[in-house]
Amino acid sequence: MSLVQGKTGEWEVVIGLEVHAQVIAESKLFSGAATAFGAEPNTQVSLVDAAMPGMLPVLNEKSIEQAVKTGLGLNAQINLTSVFERKNYFYPDLPQGYQISQYLQPIVGEGVVTLDLPDGAVKEVGIERLHLEQDAGKSLHDQHPTATYIDLNRSGVTLMEIVSKPDMRSAEEVGAYLEKLRSILRYLGTCSGNMEEGSMRCDVNVSVRHPGEDLGTRTETKNVNSIRFAKQAIEHEAKRQIALIEDGGKVTQETRLFDPDRGVTRAMRSKEEAHDYRYFPDPDLLPVVLDPDWVAELKRGLPELPDAKKARFTADFGLSAYDAGVLVAEQETAAYFETVVAGGGGRDAKQAANWVTGALFGALNRGGMEIGAAPIDADKLGGLLDLLEAGTISGRIAKDVFDAMWESGKDAATVVEEKGLKQISDSGAIEAIVDHAIADNPGQVEQFKSGNDKVLGWFVGQIMKASQGKANPGMVNQLLRKKLT
Amino acid sequence: MARLNELTIAVARDGLAKGDFSAKELTEASVAAMESVRPLNAFITETPERALDMAQASDARRAKGDVGVLEGIPLAIKDLFCTEGVLTTAGSHILDGFIPPYESSVTANLWRAGAAMLGKTNMDEFAMGSSNTTSYYGNVENPWRRQGENRPLVPGGSSGGSAAAVAARCAPGATGTDTGGSIRQPASFTGLVGLKPTYGRCSRWGIVAFASSLDQAGPLTRTVRDSAIMLRAMAGHDPKDSTSVDTPVPDYEAALSGDVRGLRIGIPKEYRMEGMPGEIETLWRDGIKWLEAAGAITVDISLPHTKYALPAYYIVAPAEASSNLARYDGVRYGLRVPGATLDEMYEATRGEGFGAEVKRRVMIGTYVLSAGYYDAYYNKARRVRALILRDFTEAFENVDAILTPTAPSAAFAIGERMDDPIAMYLNDIFTVPANLSGLPGISVPAALTGDGLPLGLQVIGRAFDEETMLRVAGVLEDAAGFDAEPAFVAGR
Repeated sequence: MSLVQGKTGEWEVVIGLEVHAQVIAESKLFSGAATAFGAEPNTQVSLVDAAMPGMLPVLNEKSIEQAVKTGLGLNAQINLTSVFERKNYFYPDLPQGYQISQYLQPIVGEGVVTLDLPDGAVKEVGIERLHLEQDAGKSLHDQHPTATYIDLNRSGVTLMEIVSKPDMRSAEEVGAYLEKLRSILRYLGTCSGNMEEGSMRCDVNVSVRHPGEDLGTRTETKNVNSIRFAKQAIEHEAKRQIALIEDGGKVTQETRLFDPDRGVTRAMRSKEEAHDYRYFPDPDLLPVVLDPDWVAELKRGLPELPDAKKARFTADFGLSAYDAGVLVAEQETAAYFETVVAGGGGRDAKQAANWVTGALFGALNRGGMEIGAAPIDADKLGGLLDLLEAGTISGRIAKDVFDAMWESGKDAATVVEEKGLKQISDSGAIEAIVDHAIADNPGQVEQFKSGNDKVLGWFVGQIMKASQGKANPGMVNQLLRKKLT
Repeated sequence: MARLNELTIAVARDGLAKGDFSAKELTEASVAAMESVRPLNAFITETPERALDMAQASDARRAKGDVGVLEGIPLAIKDLFCTEGVLTTAGSHILDGFIPPYESSVTANLWRAGAAMLGKTNMDEFAMGSSNTTSYYGNVENPWRRQGENRPLVPGGSSGGSAAAVAARCAPGATGTDTGGSIRQPASFTGLVGLKPTYGRCSRWGIVAFASSLDQAGPLTRTVRDSAIMLRAMAGHDPKDSTSVDTPVPDYEAALSGDVRGLRIGIPKEYRMEGMPGEIETLWRDGIKWLEAAGAITVDISLPHTKYALPAYYIVAPAEASSNLARYDGVRYGLRVPGATLDEMYEATRGEGFGAEVKRRVMIGTYVLSAGYYDAYYNKARRVRALILRDFTEAFENVDAILTPTAPSAAFAIGERMDDPIAMYLNDIFTVPANLSGLPGISVPAALTGDGLPLGLQVIGRAFDEETMLRVAGVLEDAAGFDAEPAFVAGR
């Protein structure tokens, strides 16, 4: 448990998250309008989305499927009966004057997400529920000096609100939770997890207490749209609350906004000003009743999820939990890794993991690239590993070959051939270089003979340099020792 | 032959089929009638040109042998139905200038069946009212008068304009909507047949919503047969309305066999209200006798939760309305009254845009849904609703239809009962249970009061068994032989 030291002792920060994840679907939750990101304002709006008189919502079944899949991926209870209700409030970007959401009977109940923390520890965070709801439109305040314009493209888009239990205790845990959740959603294909486009946002609930005490009063910081901001918001909010209490004040239950420019949260409205949403079942919609066989079929069709994949990678490939965790975070990375391992009649998994998480990730990061766009695909990396394994190239050269492959897009054998990088394993050729080195450096030979073993390394370096790195280092060592003693 | 505007749908249909007259001639008669009934204020928008265009198109179709169920029949449309390119107001100031770019499913069905639109009829604002006195566009007058009196009477509501238009013989039929009795009660007040189908029978898509779980469209006509013909054209599954039911639409007219022998008709004792006028009691007894004479078996039944229906209705309906009407905010369409801030714009727009009755119900609805009161009101009303449905379900194990009066009184004068909303709400006491339970109900004109005003009898049927209900209604119609005419008939 990570505690925060205050003036009056140690504080525990208690955090729960409400994540709004936009469901991947062609059309909106209750209308046929499209959902593509970045369209011109008000070009993806149906009569239903604009709440024209007499319009009625019709449930999009794809949204239900996506929510159930997500629920299954979160090891959660699937509620075979769920109910859409109306959450009533006035706002210009909410055309109906209510948001259709689920309240008392959500489609998904309790579940759990397992976090792999940076220190190697594992922690479980409970999921309270997942429900479906409509997104609101967007108010555009910068189009006119005095008027606000409304873009309804997002109005009615399907969101899953995934509510965690207040199980997290630090900003790091929240970061790990969001990363893990995003990874699961992406594996499932139910949400792109793209926080920049707003397809994943979160509300952060924070309270503080001395360890062992009852839960403190919480604040809710709305609409945080990156993992970094979530961490900043929590850190700021925890500090603010601790300072407030330690100065004799009280935390008020309120809704706050995160200001990303200043990294602080500020009050939006207090509990007294809170809306009375007057939820009631939407009479335009029937309860959602799921066929258990259909749910079972969806479950059978789920992809292998990160936790299962990680377990398999550690068990079958002998990878460390850390390496396995890194490799499974993105489905594409895991698939890349597995292709490398499976190729060439089976390759060394640890070696493959090192190359993927080392050279490949490094190159991707430098290029700001996704793995799908890498000029070295899994088969090409496999080819490189094969040359290394066969002793055709040395480990030292391999890195250069990798860089050349990245530049040119050529395969390893071609690069090695073109650049003449084959390892010299011909003992005659190596012996000639060794002899030359010994003859040229009598002083160093003396030092060695008088007991200075380190000089051996120096000789190896000279010889490798002379061979442009191509000499087989094992053979160089062997020959040197023989000749010097 | 009677003047064309005075024909029933069935008679007009036959005349059109025989070539006695064209749809254009028939519609021209109705357009002229529409002009002559203007003193009743039955229409908010007249669409004579559209009517004539549609009639001519109908004649052209007929010439090609393409004849729909309502081919060439002019109809009046309650202004709650969105009609493409034609102002749609719901009787409210807040929908000022609102011209829908879409057509409601029910009216689209009617046009597909060959009907022509005469215009949009006046109504209580957002269908909230039982007297058609809450419309922004003014009161509608009932074409009937008390004998020896010339005080204008209410046509009932909320489909008062539709009822007045059909009763005054300017249209052979009109659409209405019925949330708590808004088709059946005005039918009773104006000597018409008014049918509320089973919830889910007609699509609600494109009908301005009042209370979504109760609203249902239906016909107002002069005869049971016309009601059957019109319902067939209006009804049908609509994938755009999740609460519309995917079940075949029968030929309702074929169900009018006149044979009710052996049918069991329930007479619910709880509908015998204290203080109910003796004339209504007598009418009910007549109805029982007529059905027995036709070979039906009447059975005393109990619907024990009836007395809770009205209070439950006046919680559920306003609750849903408070939410349904939230979209009228001045942002996207209709009236906008500017304000210095967003909240001021909302307040000014809704304050000016809604009338007193709508505001009352929005406030009641907001209250019963609010934190701390939800369980005591809204949830309790939902439980009551379930009990009322159970009453009916149990009763229908033993009977095929239920016979009751339609309304506790005949039409009253404009201005009467206006100061006491509760007294006004009592108009719905016999009609509301069918809405709460989703069952079909029909009002049939069956008698005149001593001072010459029509009274209706209501038949309630099993869910999706409009056929039996219509057959019983047809027998009542025949037995009652109601042929009185209102004081005000178009063109006379």
